[in-house]
Amino acid sequence: MNIHEYQTKELLRGFGVPVPNGRVAHNVDNAATIAEDLGGERWVVKAQIHAGGRGKGGGVRVASSLEEVRQFTDEMIGTYLVTPQTGEQGRLVQRVLIEQACKINKEYYLGMVIDRATQRITVIASASGGMNIEEVAKTDPDRVIREAVDPAIGLAGFQCRKIAARMGLAGKQIGEAAKIMQALYRCFRDKDALLAEINPLAAIDEGRLMALDAKMSFDSNAMYRHSDIIELRDFDEEDVKEVEASGHGLNYIALDGDVGCIVNGAGLAMATMDAISFHKGRPANFLDVGGGASPEKVGNAFRIVLQDPNVKAILVNIFAGINRCDWIAEGLVQAMRDQDIQVPIVVRLAGTNVEKGAPILKASGFPFIMADNLDDAATKVVAVLEAAA
Amino acid sequence: MSVFVHRHSRVIIQGFTGQHATFHAEESMHNGTTVVGGVTPGKGGQQHLGLPVFDTVHQAVAETGADVSGIFVPPAFAADAIMEALEAGIGVIVVIADGIPVQDMVRVKRYALGKNAIIIGPNTPGIITPGACKVGIMPSHIYSPGRIGVVSRSGTLNYEAVQQMSELGMGQTTSVGIGGDPVNGTDFVTVLRAFEADPETEAVIMIGEIGGPQEVEAARWAKENMSKPLVGFVAGVSAPAGRRMGHAGAIISGEADTANAKMDLMEELGVHVVRNPALIGETAKRVFS
Repeated sequence: MNIHEYQTKELLRGFGVPVPNGRVAHNVDNAATIAEDLGGERWVVKAQIHAGGRGKGGGVRVASSLEEVRQFTDEMIGTYLVTPQTGEQGRLVQRVLIEQACKINKEYYLGMVIDRATQRITVIASASGGMNIEEVAKTDPDRVIREAVDPAIGLAGFQCRKIAARMGLAGKQIGEAAKIMQALYRCFRDKDALLAEINPLAAIDEGRLMALDAKMSFDSNAMYRHSDIIELRDFDEEDVKEVEASGHGLNYIALDGDVGCIVNGAGLAMATMDAISFHKGRPANFLDVGGGASPEKVGNAFRIVLQDPNVKAILVNIFAGINRCDWIAEGLVQAMRDQDIQVPIVVRLAGTNVEKGAPILKASGFPFIMADNLDDAATKVVAVLEAAA
Repeated sequence: MSVFVHRHSRVIIQGFTGQHATFHAEESMHNGTTVVGGVTPGKGGQQHLGLPVFDTVHQAVAETGADVSGIFVPPAFAADAIMEALEAGIGVIVVIADGIPVQDMVRVKRYALGKNAIIIGPNTPGIITPGACKVGIMPSHIYSPGRIGVVSRSGTLNYEAVQQMSELGMGQTTSVGIGGDPVNGTDFVTVLRAFEADPETEAVIMIGEIGGPQEVEAARWAKENMSKPLVGFVAGVSAPAGRRMGHAGAIISGEADTANAKMDLMEELGVHVVRNPALIGETAKRVFS
């Protein structure tokens, strides 16, 4: 689960990370009032969307007057901001963050992840701030500092000083950076984060360090113990169909092909997409109905898959372990009765109660195309599409 | 022989009296597994499925001599249950729960250091040595005793591969689901090492997916240390970058995380890579005969 920059900064401020003075604005008047309250001569107006690369799309602008604050806010709010991460259609800007601008002397990178290799929370830092850290890792891997944290000890002071020194910090900046790292670690640990990024961590006037941009994402499996973070979720930033699917206990991700997929299990769902691609077909979605799929759940899966107008055929692939093929079959028949389904449907059932499932489909009289195995299913769905084309 | 669980394994179930646990414990018992009791805090002293229920794992181990535990408690309580099993000296701990907070697992792995136990999962269908011991939720009837070791991250894709093998007459020594989470108890290398050491296992099928360095690390280890043939598949060739594909661990975060990048490297390292998931069984048959 991701949150906005202004939310991340408020959260980090509470843990003791220095961030610029600023507040979020929802309209032009609001923005001007905030800028006036903050004082100073220059302000940064930052579009608040979850996608990165905002600067490249004109979503981060420095205003030298209250008039400019109004103008930039007006130009951002209500428009679709296109960045390298949003796709062509862009993302609707509904609020902007107004901050006091500061003079930047040097930019650093400070992040934390749960590293798959060490299986621990790991600090990632670099003297090359303001850039994509993955680019730095590729072009100049020596400039990326990694330090894994022992969960029983926490991020130790000496580790922070070691990282700070390698980042090229000196003097009182070392202690300052150590404090920021430990504050970030406490926030990361206490709030069950999966990723935190301060980029840039900037040295500003008199060498003080400040988090000029910040991003965090959280472990949705742990959100039951963080009601304060759940409140920050912004559904406008999420795909409507994906949110609807998750409400039905389905895991759905839209893709750009024409073969709708309804599968149980994440691994098999991916493999089904792969089998379709192997036969030169193009999957329209990833959909995992999960374990214990009821007929209602199957019906909802059809509804969501068919909301995509590109879907020209559907492949249902169920390998029932915890699931039961007879229930899935009943769900399929029910969906055909309840919904106006015009596309051909290829069905492959295997596993628990498969001997009961197939007769239900046959007895229904609906034109299901039955497949014996995964290869047969992928071949048939691609053939059906070719025949229709 | 087999790996991790066998006919002499003595199994307890944590969260024993719950609905799913009850169903799958019975299934396991019907398939030759020696279940010796279970743990449900507050229900100690009762009988369930004709077996004793204990309040703590410590008591269960002392009374029954259990050495394997299947954990069926909900995700929010799973980390504590794993540590309880570790502390009680259980040697093989199978964690079914899907949705354990990642940082809980980071702490559990720290706690497990030096404890000489194998944690299978979380987010796994479990482990099965066909006909001898099953701890998990997989449909037992698709497995049969044989000579091939199977290890996978995904559950249903494990079933898919096993079914393909069965249709071609190949059985399994043991099938291990290491689970779909980014921080998990046992990695591919640990399981490959066990299969290599097991005299009955003649060859191994490894099924991975997008995200993380595990598959390539395993292939690298196998090149140096493994004498038995290894067939590999990585799911998610058609998955877009940056999107989490169902499993918490299945996300492409960099170029090395993609299915094709992993399979290319695995191939270079001598793994027999299958590009079409529908042909895992056939490829195994060809390579192993």
